[in-house]
Amino acid sequence: MNRRNYHRLSLILFCAALVMVLWAWYAVFLQVPTERTMGVVQRIFYLHLSSAFVSFLAFFVVFISSVAYLLTRKAEWDWAAATAAEIGIIFIAAVLISGPLWAKPAWGIWWTWDARLTTTLVLFLIYLAYLLLRYYTLEAGRQARLAAIFGIIGFVDVPLVYMANRWWRTQHPQPVILGGSESGLDPRMWYGLLVTFVAMLTVGALVFLQRYRLEESRHAVNELRRAVGQLE
Amino acid sequence: MNPSPAASLRLEAKGIAKHYGHLTALQAVDLCIDPGDFIVVLGRNGAGKTTLLRLLATIIHPSEGSLWFDGTPLAQCPASLKSRFGFVGHESFLYDELTVRENLLFYARLYGLADGARAVATQLEALELSARAGDLVRNLSRGLRQRVAIARALLHQPSLLLLDEPATGLDAPSRERLHDLLRRLHREGRTILFSSHDVAQGLALATRVVLLERGRIAFDGRNTPEAQAAVAAQLGSGGV
Amino acid sequence: MATVAATGWSALGRVSFAIAAKDFLSERRTKEVFNAMLVFGFMVAVIFSFAFEPTSEEAQRIAGGLVWLVFIFAGILGLNRSFARETLNECLQGLRLGPVGPGAIYLGKLLSNFAFMFVAELILLPFFGMFFDVHFWREPAWMIAILVLGTWGFTALGTIFSAVSANTRMRELMLPLLLLPLSVPLLIAAVQATTTVLRGLPMSDASLWIKLLIGFDVMFTTLAWLVFEPVLEQ
Repeated sequence: MNRRNYHRLSLILFCAALVMVLWAWYAVFLQVPTERTMGVVQRIFYLHLSSAFVSFLAFFVVFISSVAYLLTRKAEWDWAAATAAEIGIIFIAAVLISGPLWAKPAWGIWWTWDARLTTTLVLFLIYLAYLLLRYYTLEAGRQARLAAIFGIIGFVDVPLVYMANRWWRTQHPQPVILGGSESGLDPRMWYGLLVTFVAMLTVGALVFLQRYRLEESRHAVNELRRAVGQLE
Repeated sequence: MNPSPAASLRLEAKGIAKHYGHLTALQAVDLCIDPGDFIVVLGRNGAGKTTLLRLLATIIHPSEGSLWFDGTPLAQCPASLKSRFGFVGHESFLYDELTVRENLLFYARLYGLADGARAVATQLEALELSARAGDLVRNLSRGLRQRVAIARALLHQPSLLLLDEPATGLDAPSRERLHDLLRRLHREGRTILFSSHDVAQGLALATRVVLLERGRIAFDGRNTPEAQAAVAAQLGSGGV
Repeated sequence: MATVAATGWSALGRVSFAIAAKDFLSERRTKEVFNAMLVFGFMVAVIFSFAFEPTSEEAQRIAGGLVWLVFIFAGILGLNRSFARETLNECLQGLRLGPVGPGAIYLGKLLSNFAFMFVAELILLPFFGMFFDVHFWREPAWMIAILVLGTWGFTALGTIFSAVSANTRMRELMLPLLLLPLSVPLLIAAVQATTTVLRGLPMSDASLWIKLLIGFDVMFTTLAWLVFEPVLEQ
C-alpha cells in the first residue's frame, strides 16, 4: 500500500473511530436505559461484550492469515497474523478486566469459572503463548512458520475449550455471570451494543492498520539493509 | 567394491538466493551438476559454501530460485528422489547412544533397502569399519565418525554424493584415506561435489572448480592450471 | 541394492515404526526419558500428598485431577528429553534426507513418545492409588481406555510442539507454554472421566468425556500431521 493511500485510509478510520466512540459514549451513558437489577454498573456490559467479539474476530484473522501464509508463503500474511494477535490480546485484556469490574458490584464476586469466562481466560493464555513464541524465535522466516503452525492449532482448539467447559459446568453449575446478555434485551440495549461494537471494531481496524504498516516498514528496512550489504 | 550406483542424476540450481533476515547467504547462484562431475566448491569462511551444500541436499529451501533434478523441478519430484543422492554435513546425523551398526541399520530401514543387513555389511567393509561396528558412536574419534557418516550416505547407493568440508578435523592419514575414497567413488561412476577451505587439497582432487565469494559464484570451470591461478589470485587478493 | 517402494502407506508405516524402534533401542540403553518421568512423577505425587491431606474426603474428590497433573508434568519432561535426542548431531535433518514425507517422522516420534508416557503412567498409577487410597481399577478396561486416549492427545500435541520449541531461543521452556493452554479440553475430559471411575459412578456418565477425548485425539493428530512439515524446514 503506498503512502498516500495509507494516510488517506488512516485518516478515514480515525475520523470514523472518533465519531463512533463518541456516539457509543453518548448511547451507552445517555440513551440506553438503566438496567433494572444491576444499576448503572451494568453499562460496562457494552464494552465487555463488544471487546469480546472483536478479540474473537482478531483470533479468526490470525487463523486465516496463518493458513494463508503456510499456503502462499507471502510475508504480508505473516504481518497480518502478528498484527491481529497483538490487537486481539489487548481486547481480550479489556474483557478480562471489565468482567470482574462488573461482576463485583453486580454479583458480589470478582471471578467465576463459568464456560465463557474460562474460555476467555484460556484464549488469553493462547494469545500470550503465540506472542511469546514470536518474540523468542529469531530469524523472520522461522518465526512466521512456527507462529502460523501454533495459530492454526490454537484456533481449532478454542471451540473445544468452550465445549469442555460448558459440559463441565452443566455438571457443576457455577453462578452464571452475563446471563442477562442472552435473556431478552430491551431493543434500546441492542442499539447500544451495536454502536459500541462498531466503535470497537473501527478502533481495532485503525490500530491494525498502523501496526501492519509498522511490519511493512520493518520489512522494507530489512530489504534495504540487505541491498546495502550486497553492495559492499 | 561398491556395487555400481543408481542411474545418474543431473542437478541444476537456477537463480538460487538465500536470505536470513537482512543477511544474504547466497545470491544469483546458477549451477549445473552433470553426471560424472567431480566438483570442489572453494571459498572463504562465510562465503556460503555450507548454505549451498545444504540447499543442494534439499535440507534448506531457497528464498528465490529453484532446484531441478533431471529436468524436473523439486516440487514435482517424487519422494524416491532422495534415494538418488547422499549428503555428509558438518554434523554426523548419527545417534551417539547407538552403535555404528545400529545407526546404519536404522538408516537402511529409513531408505527402505530391500536387504538392509547386506547393505550395511558392504559399507562397513568398504570403509574398513567392520572392527568397530559394535562400538557406540559416542566413543569414536572424529575421523571414524566421519567414515561412519560417509557409510551412512552411501548405504542406498546414491549416484550423487554431496559433502560439506569432509576433511575438517581429520589428521593427515585420515585425510589421505578420505581422498582415496572419493577418487575411488568417482571412478565407480558417481558424481561428487564437496566443499573445502583448503584450496590445495581441493584442487588436487577435483576435475571442476567452483569458487564462491560472498554468496555469489565467482568462478566455475574445469580444473586447469589457468583456473587454479585465477582462483588463487581471487582468494589471495582479499586475504584468507 | 533395490529400494522398496518409497511411496504410500507401507512406506509411512515402515519409516514410523523404524523411528519408534530406534527410540526404544536408545531408551533401553540410556533409560533417560523413563528415569526422568518416573522419578519426577513420583516426587510430584509425594509432594501432592503433603499439599493435600491425602486421606481426607476432599483429596478423594480431587484425586482424579491430581493424578493427571502428575502425568502432565512428567510427560512434559519426557517430551523434552525425547526431542533433545534428535537435535544432537542434527539427527532430525538426517531423518529428512530419507525418501519419505515429514508425516512419517511425526508419527514415528508420536508413537515412541506415547509409548514412554503410557508405560510411565501404568507404573505411577498404583503408587498414586496407594498414597491417596483411591481405586483406579474398579473399571480396568475403562481406566486403560482413558489413559490411552488422554495420553495420545497429549503426546499428539506435545510431539509437534516439542519440535516447535526446539527452534526457539527458550528451547525446552517454551513447550509447557505452548502445550498447556491447548491441552485444557483434554485435561478436563480426562479428569472428569477418571473421577467417574474413582467415585464408582456408572461409566455412562463419562460417555460425553470419552467422546470428547476421541474427537480431540483424531482432530489434533490429523492437524499436527498436516502442519508438521514447516516445523522441520530450515
